[in-house]
Amino acid sequence: MSQTYFTEDHEWIKVENGVATVGITDYAQEQLGDLVFVELPETGATLSKGDTAVVVESVKAASDVYAPADGEISEVNDALASDPALINSAPTGDGWLWKMKLSDESQLEGLMDEAAYKASIA
Amino acid sequence: MSDTKPQKHLPLEALHEEANARFGTFAGWRMPLTYPAGVMKEHLHTRESAGLFDISHMQLFEVEGSDAGEFLSRACPLDAAALKEGQSKYTVLLNENAGIIDDLIVTRLGENRFMVVANAGNADKDEAHFRAIATEFEVSFTPLERVLLALQGPEAEAVMIAAGLDLSDLTFMTGTEPREGWFAARSGYTGEDGFEVALPLDEAERFARTLLDDERVHWVGLAARDSLRLEAGLCLHGQDLDENTDPASAAILWAVPKALREEGKFIGAQALQKIIADGAVEKRVGLKPEGRQPVRAGALLISDAGETVGRVTSGGFGPSAGHPVAMGYVARSLSEPGTRLFTEVRGNRIALDVHPLPFTPQRYKKG
Repeated sequence: MSQTYFTEDHEWIKVENGVATVGITDYAQEQLGDLVFVELPETGATLSKGDTAVVVESVKAASDVYAPADGEISEVNDALASDPALINSAPTGDGWLWKMKLSDESQLEGLMDEAAYKASIA
Repeated sequence: MSDTKPQKHLPLEALHEEANARFGTFAGWRMPLTYPAGVMKEHLHTRESAGLFDISHMQLFEVEGSDAGEFLSRACPLDAAALKEGQSKYTVLLNENAGIIDDLIVTRLGENRFMVVANAGNADKDEAHFRAIATEFEVSFTPLERVLLALQGPEAEAVMIAAGLDLSDLTFMTGTEPREGWFAARSGYTGEDGFEVALPLDEAERFARTLLDDERVHWVGLAARDSLRLEAGLCLHGQDLDENTDPASAAILWAVPKALREEGKFIGAQALQKIIADGAVEKRVGLKPEGRQPVRAGALLISDAGETVGRVTSGGFGPSAGHPVAMGYVARSLSEPGTRLFTEVRGNRIALDVHPLPFTPQRYKKG
């Protein structure tokens, strides 16, 4: 049973068995425009909530993507190194950014569900 | 600076709204940055077909009077008298220290009549500067209210003909007045063949729609204008040029004929002569970062030995080049193409090589 959360920073977090898969929303990729470079963290790195986990760069600018909770990076999406545009074409699918083992899943409580997020950007 | 002033709006703003442009502020103007196609497609479309840019934020000035040529030759390092009718020239406005107040295109329209096209962000400053000089001459200096559209790309000429405006007689850097109140030049800032057409506000929407009805034409926003000009090795004033850079350091001395420098009639001539005699300390160069990480304006350039030797003034990703592109200033001794330099982005050391400009071949229609 998985659950998906959304942040005000336009990230989505899908949690399954204590592991969160994180990406940016369709709205976010549209705002950023064509992405040309993604700086991914090292597998095994530990992050605190609010730390910059990933930097995505468009033609024009660089933007930070933050860790939504404390945890350890368990996997990164290596396909983005050669094809950062996956984030534009499939932000909630093949364009995911990283997976992390959550230290405290309760840190995600209070984040938006999909309906609330959609209402927030409408 | 622009924070205290109300935002300026393009006369054709509704047309950009209709095209679902994403807007941003540039030089005090609310400008279309991208359209739904996105910067990458807009950029590539311009190089493959024809991109339409609304650059009405740029300012046209008409210069007229018996001293018009003399006046321009004082204000700019320009032999205005030697310009043929219809000939355009890239030039600069210098201060007494040879610092670049703005870069401009001047076109001779008649015996005693010229058109000056200036950058949006500098228009007020330019006007004040020109007006102060104009008091010494028999000349009128008039800002024009026009819509300025640029159509850029290999299909531009054919599109113009289909739209009823045959500009095929023009070659690169020539201009004409095809209709009452219109000004058209074969020029642009993308490295492609193309035209810039200034026209009266009340005729602009109809003309823009005629161009857009042509399936070869798509709107292109300011974001792609920036990546196109950077690939083409062209300077953006305020980034690559400013009042602290001079034409020698900026590597645009080709725009300042030697005879004029020696004659010394234009403002800033003495300072420029001295800079050239002493040898400019820095030089503007192209920079090609290794890998895919873009290096942005403001990044410092570091030598192999770890010394700070320059700075990046423009940088991003080049959609046609297929890799990051940048330009910046480096110590003259390190300005040879192939010279390896370094920078740091978020703690990562990135190698860059000095690269010849442009990154993509310019495809102007020369005479």
